[in-house]
Order: sequence, then structure tokens, then C-alpha cells
Amino acid sequence: MWIYEKKLQYPVRVDTTNPALAQMIIEQFGGADGELSAGIRYLTQRWAMPTNQAKALLTDIGTEELAHWEIIGTIVWKLVKDAPIEQIKGTPFEAHYVNHGKSPYPHDASGVPWTAAFINSKGDPIADLHEDMAAEEKARATYEWLINICDDPGVKDALRFLRQREIVHFQRFGEALRIVQEELDRRKYY
Amino acid sequence: MDREQKMLLKEIMDYSFALVETALYLDTHPYDEEALKLHNGFSQKYSQLVSLYQAKYGPLKNNQMSGCPWAYINGPWPWEIDFDL
Ligand SMILES: [Fe+2]
Ligand SMILES: [Fe+2]
Repeated sequence: MWIYEKKLQYPVRVDTTNPALAQMIIEQFGGADGELSAGIRYLTQRWAMPTNQAKALLTDIGTEELAHWEIIGTIVWKLVKDAPIEQIKGTPFEAHYVNHGKSPYPHDASGVPWTAAFINSKGDPIADLHEDMAAEEKARATYEWLINICDDPGVKDALRFLRQREIVHFQRFGEALRIVQEELDRRKYY
Repeated sequence: MDREQKMLLKEIMDYSFALVETALYLDTHPYDEEALKLHNGFSQKYSQLVSLYQAKYGPLKNNQMSGCPWAYINGPWPWEIDFDL
């Protein structure tokens, strides 16, 4: 089960209202390599994992990804909450606004809605852990593109934190893969 | 949210994050005594700070105790907090 803790994983600071930037950041809210995909992917893959280390790791990283999803939603919200209509009109956020107002919604930067087709759970731990490692690298790359286009110091700071987490997750998944591989080899030979 | 409450909350957030980091490490290194010592120390400090926060400002989780009225609902919610001190 889960229980909500009334706090963010990282203190989100946004310096300037900027709907256009919000529309780009939303890539990580509902895009293919975003935080929602990450959370649902890892939590869904737990059942078919053969070792306790991998079960624990997918549970804990999956849970952390939902905290990242909350951070991204908070950045998006803080970037648009005070925006007058004139500041929304003509920006890439305008199309989002006519459907969702200022609420975040899980779609990517170009408006494609989140779908379970972004993730997989193969029932094969080796395939799944490789997918997870690739997913972390893709999330890291997305954060780097976002950092490149972002000129808000507060938002940049949060994006750097999130980028760093994906690097740690990649490392941990690599360790889990090795542990699972050894376990599967052991089962084969004894 | 006044400065004092914000500072306590941020301290809790710091320990909470440190615990996520040690927990993930321990998930793949369950016999690492050095990491366990670190984790257990953070955990103890975290529990103390959470109890202090709960007594002063109300629950951070809905399974904690509260005076009347139920203080869990009090704003600002996490996404509304201005973290500048
Ligand atoms: Fe993440
Ligand atoms: Fe991640």
C-alpha cells in the first residue's frame, strides 16, 4: 500500500511566471520518458521479479518516481498559476489551456496524452531491468534538453536535482540486474 | 506558513531524502554495515523531527494523531509552499 506524506521530495522554487516553459516541462509529467511512465513501469514490474533486492528496488524507485511526478506537476503549476490570459495567448501553453485550464494533465510537450503503451512489463526480469536502465538514461537526456532551454534559475535547480536522481537510479538498476543474473545462473546450474 | 515551520519542514525533507538514498543503496547492498549505520542514524533523527512537527503543526500523514479540528487538511499543501525563507 501507499501513504501520502504531506511534503515534496525537493523544495520547488519558480522565479518567473512562464506558460511556454510550463508546456515544455510537462514533457516529464506525461511524456514517454517522464516520471509517470517511470513510476507505473517500475511498480508494475515488481510481481515477476525473482530476487528480494529487485522487488525492493522497484518498489522504492517506483515510489520515488511518483514523488518526482509531483515535483514536475508543482513546477508546471507554479509557472502558470499567476499568468493572466494575455500571457497565455500565443504561447505553446494556449492549446493546453483550452482543454485543461491551468491544471497539469499527463500529456507530453506536444500534447500527446500519456498511454500505457509508453511502458512495458515483459514478465522477464532481464528484459525488464534492461528497459529500466534505458528508461533512466532517456529521462536523464530529456532533463538535459530541458535544462538547455530553461532560463529560470529556480526551475533549473529542480531539473538538475531530478537529472541527478536518474543517474543514481541507473546505477542501482545495473546492480539489481547483476544480482538477478547471478540468481538465474545459480538456478540453472544447481 | 511561518519561517520556523518552513525551516522544520525543510529539515524533515532533507532527512527524508537522505533516507531514500540510503534505502535504495541498501536494497542492492543489504550487508553494508557502514550504510546501515548511516541509514539508522538518519531514521532516528527523522522520527524525532516528524514527532516534533506533528505536535506543533499537525500530521504530515493521515495516520498520525491530531487535535481538534483535524489539522491534516491545513494548507499550504506541498505544491503551494513558497520555499524562500
Ligand atoms: Fe524520476
Ligand atoms: Fe528514475
